[in-house]
Amino acid sequence: MRYLTARKRAEGKGAAHTGAHHHWSMTMSSVGLAFLVPLGIYIFGGLLGAPYEVVLATLSSPTPAIVLALILVIGMRHFAMGATTMIEDYARGTARKMLIIFVTSLAWLIGAVGIFALLKIAL
Amino acid sequence: MVQFTLPKNSKIRTGKTWPKPSGGNVRKFQIYRWSPDDDENPRVDTYFVDMDSCGPMVLDALIKIKTEIDPTLTFRRSCREGICGSCAMNIDGINTLACIYGLDEVKGDVKIYPLPHMPVVKDLIPDLTHFYAQHASIMPWLETKTNRPAKEWRQSIEDRAKLDGLYECVMCASCSTACPSYWWNSDRYLGPAALLHAYRWIIDSRDEATGERLDDLEDPFKLYRCHTIMNCTKTCPKGLNPAKAIAEIKRMMVERIV
Repeated sequence: MRYLTARKRAEGKGAAHTGAHHHWSMTMSSVGLAFLVPLGIYIFGGLLGAPYEVVLATLSSPTPAIVLALILVIGMRHFAMGATTMIEDYARGTARKMLIIFVTSLAWLIGAVGIFALLKIAL
Repeated sequence: MVQFTLPKNSKIRTGKTWPKPSGGNVRKFQIYRWSPDDDENPRVDTYFVDMDSCGPMVLDALIKIKTEIDPTLTFRRSCREGICGSCAMNIDGINTLACIYGLDEVKGDVKIYPLPHMPVVKDLIPDLTHFYAQHASIMPWLETKTNRPAKEWRQSIEDRAKLDGLYECVMCASCSTACPSYWWNSDRYLGPAALLHAYRWIIDSRDEATGERLDDLEDPFKLYRCHTIMNCTKTCPKGLNPAKAIAEIKRMMVERIV
């Protein structure tokens, strides 16, 4: 029980003066992925069941490799920011901070592994 | 933290069933009851109302129940014409004003609960202290810095028209209490009602504190907990669109950085 006025509870610690960049970044990555994901499905969907050499050759050519790299980087950034928003919705306190650290680390790890694999194949 | 189950002392039990009057045109009402004066859990009481001697709105039935059947039934009401916002409650699963919600709009039994996810003062009365304090925090008044003109501040017809669809909000809290983001994070998220009012003052051509108002709203929780679920717009008994107002605030935030 804390004897706080209703106004003090409503004001809390005040505005963080942040959030617009997060919102704009999510909007930009959403637009980017709206083009990249269908393009990726078009390029890599055709490789399903293709021989190993054909897949290697495709991933070694510039356009598919760049598209895949962009999907990895932008997709993982979008995932990290979106997951952060969801965690902020449903978790609080230390759990919130730990989960945000976890999903952000996971996103960068997946991105790094994906880029490493892509470079190894493409170069 | 989000809660998916009710605390033990909030689980709703079946309450008293009041006698059914004779006559053919009788309607069943199931109404949430809870009193702070005893240690009992909330319950749902069942009432039967003779519709031949009852007005057409849900509030008419509630007043009839209170007057003729059970004087302990507690609810807020005042204007009975959708202006004061007092009688907001959850009727048939929809947050709305009992005074302008017709009984003919409800199919089957009429189920009435207080506005969701708010502390209950008694029966159908939610505690709106925090909701009102959030409204006060957005400075719901004209903020000016210049002292000229000293009397009337003029506004063009076009600028005045921008306030339509905003100034009509009666602060009934139907929208905010229909919003899942507000349910989970109402301690920090301002909710659709306060944000609609914030936008009403941001776009007022006479207000000179636009930047400060946007500064005060730029926060991951105060503003950006809105995920455009649009329950607010769907439920607003005045037909307003808080989701659009919030989207406009977000657009203005982006315009400040891009």
